[in-house]
Amino acid sequence: MSVFRSSLNYLAGQLRQIGLFIALIAIVIFFQVATNGITLKPINVTNLIVQNSYILILAVGMVMVIIAGHIDLSVGSVVAFVGAMSGVMITQWNVPWWLAIILCLGVGALVGMWQGFWIAYFGIPAFIVTLAGMLTFRGLTQIALQNKQISPFPDEFRALGSGFLPDLGGGTTAVEPLTLGIGIIATLFLVLQGIRQRRARAKYDVEDEPFAWFLTKLVFTAAMIIGITYLLASYRGTPIVLIVLGILIVVYASVMSNSVFGRHIYAIGGNLNAAALSGIKTKRVTFMLFVNMGVISALAGLVFTAQLNLANPKAGDGFELDAIAAVFIGGAAVTGGIGTVTGAIIGGFIIGLLNNGMSILGVGTEYQQLIKGLVLLGAVAFDVYNKRRSGGR
Amino acid sequence: MTTNILEMRSITKTFPGVKALQDVSLAVKRGHIHAICGENGAGKSTLMKVLSGVYPHGTYDGEIVFENETVAFKSINDSEASGVVIIHQELALSPFLSIAENIFLGNEQQNNGWIDWNKTNMEAAKLLARVGLKDNPITKIRDIGVGKQQLVEIAKALSKEVKLLILDEPTAALNDEDSAHLLDLMKHLKGQGVTSIMISHKLNEIKAIADEVTIIRDGKLIETLDMHTDDISEERIIKGMVGRDLGSRYPDHTPNIGEELLRVEDWNVYHPLDHQRRVVKDANITVRAGEIVGIAGLMGAGRTELAMSVFGHSYGHNISGTVYKNGVKINTSTVANAIEHGLAYATEDRKRYGLNLIEDIKRNISTVGMHKIAKRGWVDSNQEIVVAEGYRKSMNIKAPTVEALAGKLSGGNQQKVVLSKWMFSDPDVLILDEPTRGIDVGAKYEIYGIINRLADAGKGVIVISSELPELIGICDRIYTIFEGRITADVARGQTTAEFLMQNMTQERDKDKR
Repeated sequence: MSVFRSSLNYLAGQLRQIGLFIALIAIVIFFQVATNGITLKPINVTNLIVQNSYILILAVGMVMVIIAGHIDLSVGSVVAFVGAMSGVMITQWNVPWWLAIILCLGVGALVGMWQGFWIAYFGIPAFIVTLAGMLTFRGLTQIALQNKQISPFPDEFRALGSGFLPDLGGGTTAVEPLTLGIGIIATLFLVLQGIRQRRARAKYDVEDEPFAWFLTKLVFTAAMIIGITYLLASYRGTPIVLIVLGILIVVYASVMSNSVFGRHIYAIGGNLNAAALSGIKTKRVTFMLFVNMGVISALAGLVFTAQLNLANPKAGDGFELDAIAAVFIGGAAVTGGIGTVTGAIIGGFIIGLLNNGMSILGVGTEYQQLIKGLVLLGAVAFDVYNKRRSGGR
Repeated sequence: MTTNILEMRSITKTFPGVKALQDVSLAVKRGHIHAICGENGAGKSTLMKVLSGVYPHGTYDGEIVFENETVAFKSINDSEASGVVIIHQELALSPFLSIAENIFLGNEQQNNGWIDWNKTNMEAAKLLARVGLKDNPITKIRDIGVGKQQLVEIAKALSKEVKLLILDEPTAALNDEDSAHLLDLMKHLKGQGVTSIMISHKLNEIKAIADEVTIIRDGKLIETLDMHTDDISEERIIKGMVGRDLGSRYPDHTPNIGEELLRVEDWNVYHPLDHQRRVVKDANITVRAGEIVGIAGLMGAGRTELAMSVFGHSYGHNISGTVYKNGVKINTSTVANAIEHGLAYATEDRKRYGLNLIEDIKRNISTVGMHKIAKRGWVDSNQEIVVAEGYRKSMNIKAPTVEALAGKLSGGNQQKVVLSKWMFSDPDVLILDEPTRGIDVGAKYEIYGIINRLADAGKGVIVISSELPELIGICDRIYTIFEGRITADVARGQTTAEFLMQNMTQERDKDKR
């Protein structure tokens, strides 16, 4: 009885995480029913991932910025600017596509240094600096493109956005074996990692997660990954951008939880003064954070440009809002110090599912915006309510 | 019956999983000053929140009778309308508004929605006279000190025609002079018929002005003592608060003092905003291995400014002077440098400068010494748990696991986390700024024990405090500081609180001698 009681208490503490998962599942089920099964068709799942990839990439960088207590409004314009630069480099300067990718990531780093300098060393709030960045980089995009579009791009470059890993079955099998293999390996990796972590925590006597819940979570995650890879394998296999995204998530999730840099970001967001008095080089961490955001925005810009096969002066309009919404739906705190990469990714998927599902249903953009706005407000309201209920004040 | 202005009967208040108050009854006599004391977390503030309607009627059990009528306050507005006004420890004034505007905030002196400025300022001036504040009512709040701000709060309460004034640790942030003034004012208001409830840790204040004292421990009423009929000693009250005899308030300690560790020479610091104002003047201090050195000074005397400017130039402008470590000149111009040279500074304001309250114990402890559990930029989370668990045991941090959030701990346990954090960075000299502020008596004793252990381990410890008995009780040597200047340097056995206080307040007289 007491075990049951403590399990319930534990779950009550995890209400936000559980709520996020339940919301995700509920949205999937709703659209699956409402669209007569189109939502979970292999082709739609593939589209869902590919067409959301750049928002998810941006959300990874944005969650770090928001945990540190800042914000970045410029990412949409940086996406456009980097897209424009890639177009100029490849089609006008005849730079090879792979070099253009490297140079464009460098452009992202420069953009980040520029904004990071004003924020970290000059002390202007990130809101203002990146609002200015939003305008200046949009302007630079139009200058670089001379207000025209650039198209087409070489196939190798386009693969970054819309390519797939080769089909090992030679197109003869019903499900593509490489994708399924990757899915199984990823699942095994996650399960082993989960068990190892739980063992270590039990050894140090800090494990408070009930075993039943641990198992439920593990089975659920495994089923989800296998399910998604099966669906992908039934269509064209693994999108290259999914591999990019997967690496990004794994790397940044561990950076945020286990690297000194990540810890410093949480420390700065949680209490800037205490962090500074603990010897953390707060300015340098903030600067690096924006450099990182610049590079990630550049990556999103490359993926987006490759996917559309087009460098467009209007590209990336409003991306910053989707990325920020994803981060907050994913449980980050407006005041900083709280948030996770996986949360932001799930938040991104919720936004993506809403976009995708409502488009299939033929809901007009005016209602799409309305509904997305209410979802964001509801998620944060739930957070605030939760905090008030548990925090005593 | 008629002599009691307030009776709280059998108040029980539960939070999920915790009984914060259990069957607590309180009777306050009209025109008296009634003190409530108890350790942190004993339930004093909860009781006052029940009384003032912060926890609305219906969320607790029991009955409140005020002015012979059973009342059911649903909010602070209700209780204020009946004449119950609470002044919280953290003052609730708006820094950019004037004294007068703050006094009438929410209660504006108006004509059909337009503020009547003449009336506002005139009425404010009258109220200021009642609390003995001579400042102009149009002065902005941020331009007056904390002591005066406290008086403004009281003036604000008076403007609401207060019958029962509740002060939550009113002198916690005040220096001795301002405290004395505040206590005088409370007596004066008592003469005018205002009843007060005062929550306080400071037993000498309770002795000085209270008529009755109610002691609460672990959410239960222990006893109510009449300060006039019984001769009540501080030890008697402490015993009631902690439920045990403390024997001595300071642990015995035999110092083992070695070579000089740190020397600060000709230290000068200017105010960060007002560059003309020198806040630390030609200060010279030394600490030896195994030595506990006190710095006694009133708030604003430059003690925290001295410590923080030495520690990585964290305060001040145009800092000059030299710092020697083991006789070698060192550079402490950034916090990282200072830490590298073996300095540590535990702040006087744990919540704002010491802890990440939304992070757990283990990550707070590992903040400074993270490199010790990290390889090539990656932290070993398991090692982190081991380290934190070690401190939880050795420092007696009361928390279920090291993953409890720092913000949920009591003041004493938070301070232990701060000390653990600095101990893990393995410093040679620790500067502890008001290490026992806002901490209950039992935890204070533990903190003194920790300070002694640090000294025994050969570290130099500097303790900054405004509690003179504390400094005399634990330090081997004490500096006094007044207006930024070190005014005395005396050994433990050769001083009294009176002598220290003299040097903390009367530098000019001393110069004449």
